[in-house]
Amino acid sequence: MKIFNRNNFCWLGLIAFSFILLSVLINIGVIDTFYEMTLVSIGINIILGVGLNLILGVSGQFSLGHAGFMAIGAYSMGISYLKYPTMAGFALGIVIGLILSGIVALLVGIPTLRLKGDYLAIATLGVAEIIRVLIINMKITNGAAGLSGVPLFDAIPMWQLVFIFVVITTVIILNYVKSSDGRATLSIREDEIAAESMGINTTKYKVLAFVIGAMTASIAGALYASYYGTIVPTNFNFMKSVDILIIVVFGGIGSFTGTFLAAVVLGILNTVLQDIGDLRMVVYSLALIIIMIFKPSGLLGTKEFTFSALFHKKNRLSKKKGDPADGSIKH
Amino acid sequence: MSSIFQQLINGISLGSIYALIALGYTMVYGIIKLINFAHGDIYMIGAFLGYYFINTLHLSLIPALLLSMVISALLGVVTEFLAYRPLRNSTRIAVLITAIGVSFLLENLMIYFFGSNVRAFPQAIEKKVYTLGSVQISNIQLVIIFITLFLMICLQFIVQKTKMGKAMRAVSVDTDAARLMGINVDLTISFTFAIGSALAAAGGVLIGLYYNSINPLMGVVPGLKAFIAAVLGGIGLIPGAVLGGFAIGILETIVSALGFSVFKDAFVYAILIIILLIKPSGLLGKNVKEKV
Amino acid sequence: MKNTFFMLAASMLLLTACSSSGSSKDADTIKIGGDFELSGNVAAYGSAELNGVKLAIKEINADGGIDGKKIELVSKDNKSDTTEAASVATNLATKEDVVAIVGPATSGAVKAAIPAVTRAKVPLITPSGTDDSVTLDSSGKVQEYVFRTCYQDSFQGITLANFATDKLNAKKVVIIGDNSSDYAKGLTKAFKKQFKGDIVDEVNFTSGDTDFQAILTKIKDKDFDVIYLPGYYNEAGLIIKQAREMGITQPILGADGFGDSELIKLAGAENVNDVYYTGHFSTKADATDKTKDFISAYKKEYDAEPSAFNALGYDSIYLIKQAIKDADSTDPEKIKDALEKVKDFEGVTGTMSIDKDHNPEKAAVVIQLTNGEESNATIINP
Repeated sequence: MKIFNRNNFCWLGLIAFSFILLSVLINIGVIDTFYEMTLVSIGINIILGVGLNLILGVSGQFSLGHAGFMAIGAYSMGISYLKYPTMAGFALGIVIGLILSGIVALLVGIPTLRLKGDYLAIATLGVAEIIRVLIINMKITNGAAGLSGVPLFDAIPMWQLVFIFVVITTVIILNYVKSSDGRATLSIREDEIAAESMGINTTKYKVLAFVIGAMTASIAGALYASYYGTIVPTNFNFMKSVDILIIVVFGGIGSFTGTFLAAVVLGILNTVLQDIGDLRMVVYSLALIIIMIFKPSGLLGTKEFTFSALFHKKNRLSKKKGDPADGSIKH
Repeated sequence: MSSIFQQLINGISLGSIYALIALGYTMVYGIIKLINFAHGDIYMIGAFLGYYFINTLHLSLIPALLLSMVISALLGVVTEFLAYRPLRNSTRIAVLITAIGVSFLLENLMIYFFGSNVRAFPQAIEKKVYTLGSVQISNIQLVIIFITLFLMICLQFIVQKTKMGKAMRAVSVDTDAARLMGINVDLTISFTFAIGSALAAAGGVLIGLYYNSINPLMGVVPGLKAFIAAVLGGIGLIPGAVLGGFAIGILETIVSALGFSVFKDAFVYAILIIILLIKPSGLLGKNVKEKV
Repeated sequence: MKNTFFMLAASMLLLTACSSSGSSKDADTIKIGGDFELSGNVAAYGSAELNGVKLAIKEINADGGIDGKKIELVSKDNKSDTTEAASVATNLATKEDVVAIVGPATSGAVKAAIPAVTRAKVPLITPSGTDDSVTLDSSGKVQEYVFRTCYQDSFQGITLANFATDKLNAKKVVIIGDNSSDYAKGLTKAFKKQFKGDIVDEVNFTSGDTDFQAILTKIKDKDFDVIYLPGYYNEAGLIIKQAREMGITQPILGADGFGDSELIKLAGAENVNDVYYTGHFSTKADATDKTKDFISAYKKEYDAEPSAFNALGYDSIYLIKQAIKDADSTDPEKIKDALEKVKDFEGVTGTMSIDKDHNPEKAAVVIQLTNGEESNATIINP
């Protein structure tokens, strides 16, 4: 397939259009500081969600430790950017985070990804907690008090930086999913034993998806550290992993469009609920239960929005496969 | 030397609490393969019910314990009916998210209505400390260990010897086959939730009594640890849950006693991961061959 | 499917519209923002402070408000999460146009809110963000818009170290710290720096623990004079109980986190002997005349004993009132300038003056508890 085909142009157009739209809205003041903050946090959540969706939705591995990798990225950025508050320091923070989280994911993934379903979930949860306990007890991370005063990236507005990273990570992950490696990974989700008997090295592809997911989480963490300026270990506890998981499941496991949609909807919901004080979490949890009961496959199921589908509606109908989410988490 | 025995007793009484919660976890997991995140919160509700019965209605310990077990059992059945049953045929992860939702809901409803403060649990029985040489053990510790073992034996009896127990075992092996054999699967699952929740409530009341402190978020950490205990011992197995509970309690105590208390949670998780890698079915579990 | 989405989108928009229309400007009221932990793991502290805040506002409004203008409280929940604390602070400062913000309760959350309030130029008063670095940036310059009504960690740590040496004649101390809380770590650090005697052992627990037998058994047979226990009442109460039941009789020295009547209930009154802590107010040695009135007003309103958190939240509002009066303006920047100059403000937690680092200079009261009752109170001036 050519790179410069109609679909890719449409995507490029959509990206450019949303960028310009956001710029205009921010410049004329429709999106004020507060909404901009919401926007950035939605963007960070999208990066996290897309990464987890690769692990959960594409390779079918149930990870509950995404926050741990986010913590690695955030602390790498915090430490590096506090020490060298320059462009180089910022880049160094991202690179260190990527390398560290990649190595940790590799070391953790190779043994634990042999585990199935809930066991893997508990093992990854354990890894994230171990990372957090280590951060609390290390000197360089300043323990429980965390790091504060991490400078804000100021070469371009933060929302633009987050926007760029959202685009980059999504494009990389979607391309990976569409590549032959990605197909191999998908086949693991559909039926691990069948995939193995077809000669697919399942461990390799599971670990690969896990490492890529972890690295995107570290990018999200790095952006988070620079934007909020304060990072404390409690930011990256089990609840954070659950929050990311909710975004992915709510949007529809395996659907990247769904992850985008869910991150936006939940981000707005969260902002609106700030006003109702202590009832906030009651409403949030009720909404969560009701949505899961009435729409257990998430907002979009496994459907994706694609331009090619828009162009060839009929084509899509004939190619549509069954609901793979059913098989994703089975033992 | 004496402090080693003392630490062992500390570990056993902490472990018996994990074991009590783990029993409910393991049963629910065994039957519908759901990590019931709300289980820790049922335990919290049990503690608050005990608080209410003893503090406001001035009941003595045993009636308060039984009453809060009954009410929590009902609550367990209701949550299963409202939140999990509609999802019986959905993906496991959808049910898991719902369980997390139920857990948040219970916690935050309690915070909303009763505040998030820590409360002092009324002392329903007078505490006595027995000293054997230089080792101390209190009557409350003895009560907790005794009740845990007693409940475990009762459970084992129900599961192995009664008709309902047989149905539970059948459903956990193969739900569809069980239904074909004329077993009322829904009823069996409700029964499991009732028993599991009652046990959690018993744990809650006893912990209130032991530590004298309850709050709406008290179930989160013990809930997770109890689940780990259940996995460690072999999930779905009643003796496994008890063994796992004691193992984690003693492990935590040893780590703290050696001066690494800040790393005790990390140790627990590390041991769990190692056990899972060596023997994924847990300490007492049998390895089941995967069928193709 | 499409319907669900549109329904959702529509209801979102509706909700947003409602919430933004509610924030129209009203010249007859003064808006004060509350950025508190109302849900999540430290909700107990945030909601306690909110209670104090509400009581103070109720009193001021019943008294005719500030120069005839009533105070309107806009309180939002930050979920005990630093990200949310920053978001709430932005929301309050830019959308709700509050003149000042009270909260959050924990140092981490306050630090996260600083960039937001500095950008929006709205003063923020934290009732209990005790970390020294809250009011200072990384180069040691004062954070212009951040103030507090509580002691900073170093002040309390030094006070307690001196008290241990001078009043308790302690030569050897055991520290029972909380490694997961910056409050406890800050207090430990300051204490260690000031204390000249021996630190025999240091053991740590984690916030939320309930079983301390292992660490207590470990220190039981050691030779020491005093236990230094920086931490909040919910764990400290249990530690006191378990220590005394185990036969550890040495004096226990703690900080203002002990200041809640629940401490005594948790520990059991018969176990609370030889316990000393730096309180914000005492029924024995009334810090100011206002203290008595506050205690009875609080009891009347909430039917409960006020705690340190309640009192600090209460004082924060009166401090803002004082600043608005001094500035004779409700402009946030002028309020900030006035806050910097506050001298001898009479609060329920003591008479305080704001120093150059935006910390309150006020006396500490070291309270001694015997059988769960206050038996003695020593006032220590800064």
